[in-house]
Amino acid sequence: MLISVASGKGGTGKTTVATNLAYSLGSRAVILDCDVEEPNAHLFLHPDMDTTEQVWAQVPEVNQDACTLCRKCVDICRFRALVVAGKSLLVFPELCHSCGGCFEVCPENALNEGRRELGQIETGHSHGLECVTGCLRVGEAMSPPLIRKVRAHVRPDKINIIDAPPGTSCPVIAAMKGTDFVLMVTEPTPFGLHDLILAVEAVKVLGLPHGLVINRSDMGDEKVRDYAQKENIPILMEIPYDRAIAESYSKGKLIAEMWPEWTDIFQELFQKIQSCLA
Amino acid sequence: MKIAVTSRGKDLQAQVDPRFGRAAYILVVDTETLAVDVLDNSENVNAFKGAGIQAASLISDKGAEALLTGHCGPNAFKTLEAAGVKVVNDVQGTIEGAVTNFKNGRYSYAENADVDGHW
Repeated sequence: MLISVASGKGGTGKTTVATNLAYSLGSRAVILDCDVEEPNAHLFLHPDMDTTEQVWAQVPEVNQDACTLCRKCVDICRFRALVVAGKSLLVFPELCHSCGGCFEVCPENALNEGRRELGQIETGHSHGLECVTGCLRVGEAMSPPLIRKVRAHVRPDKINIIDAPPGTSCPVIAAMKGTDFVLMVTEPTPFGLHDLILAVEAVKVLGLPHGLVINRSDMGDEKVRDYAQKENIPILMEIPYDRAIAESYSKGKLIAEMWPEWTDIFQELFQKIQSCLA
Repeated sequence: MKIAVTSRGKDLQAQVDPRFGRAAYILVVDTETLAVDVLDNSENVNAFKGAGIQAASLISDKGAEALLTGHCGPNAFKTLEAAGVKVVNDVQGTIEGAVTNFKNGRYSYAENADVDGHW
């Protein structure tokens, strides 16, 4: 099973929910941190990492001797990563989306396969839980290819929990697409509701089953609950606005680790997700 | 020789546009006859990325041997250098005045990009 934990708004508690859910399921689960621009699940799970792999994007390199400046590659590249300047063909690898179109259309075999570093993936474990973390290279603008590589670590025999990036743009879609269930985390504030609505629209386009966790549930107003009822989105869990929870978070501790009764609550959350899918 | 000047308008009385990749127009001027070839740069003005690279390729294709502009970023500079187009930065005033100054040898060529990308 593949569960993605997403939200429109940042800072609503995606990582809190993803890490506590994964911890509560223990060795049955794998957590995949797909928030590759600022991965943070490891700050709460403190895994022992045992492998690191570099991830690369394929980009063209020009063999100037073979290139006849026919511009077929320039014309097919919608990201303008290739350009003819005077008597040479130039490549701007940071603009390349690795579609491979230029290699296909080059009649002279004048393009060689080069590569640009996207980032790295670390794998490890914490209390029997498998942990996979993607970390985008500083300066790299494209995270979806790295997110897809993190997702290649999904284990079909386990409960895979994806901690998605915030927002509703390409990185979030890359993290949610094709998952069995999207657990959406929000807070009962105007900002939380506004961005939740955007995220729900994206999830509907993808046609994915989804449910809601309301964090800091005793602050704000009732509008998130009204919206959930109107849209028929089940509220699967509420986490109160509690100073003790905030303090444990600030120390990198899990709620389920500090207060074992929360382990049961997160296991119930998983059962509710299963019921939604039944 | 032909030189390219970034411009806010379509004629020699227009002001130099300080931007290169996203200049409104680029005028390719023959320094002898003052004949003007107006390049509409509107496609690059709204480009998400790579505007300077495209503008550099465009003026090279039009036979410009030098560029007079306000500022030039690293990718544009790299493209211009590969195409053998010399760059003059910090050019102000009218296109005609800039061309005259260029003919009188008042400008010196840049050796590097003078601003960061996405300036």
